[in-house]
Amino acid sequence: MTSTQEIFQEPEKKIGEVVLEVKDLRTYLYTKWGITKAVDGLNFHVREGETLGIVGESGCGKSMTALSLLRLAPKPAARTVSGQIILDGEDILERPESDMRFIRGQKISMILQDPMTSLNPVYTVGNQMVEALGLYYKDEGSKDIKGRAVDILRRMGVAAPERRVLDYPHQMSGGMKQRVVGAMAISGTPRVLICDEPTTALDVTIQAQYLRLLKQVQADTGVAIIFITHDMGVIAKMCDRVMVMYAGKIVETGDVRPLFKNPSHPYTKALMASVPSMDESHVEKLYSIEGQPPALFDLPVGCRFANRCEFADEKCVAEYPPTFADEDGHTADCWRLEGQWKRVAEATA
Amino acid sequence: MQRYILIRLIQSVFTLIGVSIIVFSLARLSGNPLDVLLPDEADDETFERISELWGLNDPWYTQYFTFVKNASRGEFGPSFKWQGRTAMELVFLHLPATLQLAGFSILVSVILAVPIGVMSAVKKGTLLDTVGKLVALLGQSLPSFWLAIVMIWIFAVKLGWFPTSGRGGFDHMILPGIALGWFSVASFMRLTRSSMLNVLDSEYIKLARIKGLPEWKVIWKHGLKNAAIPPLTVFGAIVVGQMTGSVTIETVFAWPGIGLLALQAVNARDYQVIQAVTMFISVLFIGMNLLIDILYAYIDPRIRFT
Repeated sequence: MTSTQEIFQEPEKKIGEVVLEVKDLRTYLYTKWGITKAVDGLNFHVREGETLGIVGESGCGKSMTALSLLRLAPKPAARTVSGQIILDGEDILERPESDMRFIRGQKISMILQDPMTSLNPVYTVGNQMVEALGLYYKDEGSKDIKGRAVDILRRMGVAAPERRVLDYPHQMSGGMKQRVVGAMAISGTPRVLICDEPTTALDVTIQAQYLRLLKQVQADTGVAIIFITHDMGVIAKMCDRVMVMYAGKIVETGDVRPLFKNPSHPYTKALMASVPSMDESHVEKLYSIEGQPPALFDLPVGCRFANRCEFADEKCVAEYPPTFADEDGHTADCWRLEGQWKRVAEATA
Repeated sequence: MQRYILIRLIQSVFTLIGVSIIVFSLARLSGNPLDVLLPDEADDETFERISELWGLNDPWYTQYFTFVKNASRGEFGPSFKWQGRTAMELVFLHLPATLQLAGFSILVSVILAVPIGVMSAVKKGTLLDTVGKLVALLGQSLPSFWLAIVMIWIFAVKLGWFPTSGRGGFDHMILPGIALGWFSVASFMRLTRSSMLNVLDSEYIKLARIKGLPEWKVIWKHGLKNAAIPPLTVFGAIVVGQMTGSVTIETVFAWPGIGLLALQAVNARDYQVIQAVTMFISVLFIGMNLLIDILYAYIDPRIRFT
């Protein structure tokens, strides 16, 4: 597990067909202050074996997007008001709620942010795994199911899994718990796995291990991963493509390398600039983006980043920019790209 | 687990000692019992003789140890009011009636309070929740004796559905059972609801849903067991409270239980019976709390292993 070779060996990537396509997804929160547009017209897709990163600052709608994909946005305040979530060719928003039980865990699953709170403290780890596995493998006896639980834990790098299944969550370390959560998430062999900042609560040394583990799982099963984070470094390590969210909208998307090399939305540029550099020639004050994102219940008509953007002009304030794309499929919503890139979609704000 | 139970057990013994000191001193504080017991025309010599006979001239600690020694064997002495019976006998004679009423009302409270509490948390803000809150509000704000009297007036006197008082068949239990139980239904329900609301917000509930568990399992398996501790704490108090706090209800309904016995003993200054009742109820209370503590450990492994 810890031999040097394995540390540096990247599992092979095989990217296949589109498994999940999201069209014009809008999830609004109906609060007493008004309608909060947490997810406001998202279009994206993810392919088999591919990792799509979603990056953005707190409150930009990343987690709400994730929950919307599972149709678990907090009721009754949140409602997905429009859009399509096409999973394996079928729009799951059209299915009745009772069908979601067979989709969650088995077609689309999720790893939550904080391992300390995401396991139920009053049941053993084994109990919590077995109850889910029992749903996924209805025809198998309890002995086979228990065997599966042990196998999956072993695959997630849990040592002595046959003893660990008898443990309660409080008897495990944070890293170990997150492995258990990961094991639960993949136990139904989902097609899409959403990881909502799965390493934020872990120690830095454990973080790298965990990310490697996820990559290995992906190489073995071909699961599509949607990786939510605010850490650009993690995006660079984990993802094939990335989309940058700001105030409920995707402002830029593209393959990781070109996007990192040539960030085209001023917000993405600012995000990159605010990552501390290890380069000695850059010993200067760490950049931070001035101001606050707009309140999601009181959005401006124009570009949502305009009030914090150093390049903003009257047009930016007056009208939301359309989506522009270059020839490699790198897209961004910014007026400054007009004339340079091709206009591919009109503004939907 | 054994260690945990052992520690709680030792703690209970200390509590018991504390209670015995309080019961002992309160009886002494109310003055020399001979002032009440002996006839007004008794002379000093009689006083002296009886004092010596009953050990009232001994130093207080000797008296206390005699009290503890006898109390631990259940001997609290003969009753003054009910001639020919010991205090403990009277307690046990009245116990079945109290147990019956309390048991009925606890059963009804739990059957009503837990499901309504859970469901009003799950369906927060709906009609069910509002009705639940109303019941809780009324239960906590209406004094039980007032409720008892109003119920007697409506259901026993006006409608004639139930007997007004006394112990008898099942129909005798309904009115006192409701009057006794409503307060605990209210507090129990309120606690279950708020505790459940907290739990339903937690990440492991979200994870249970992500796994694709059916909603009933999410709520009744993952939710309720975590939400159980605060209501359970109150449950212990409710059980004992139903047995002791039934003084008013037993009086209003002339229900021949321990509560009624205690009241009659107080009116008659029957010290032995008062001490017996007080000690008995205290032991009950301590035993109940011990049981609840053990139940905690059963429910929550984090308590079990510390």
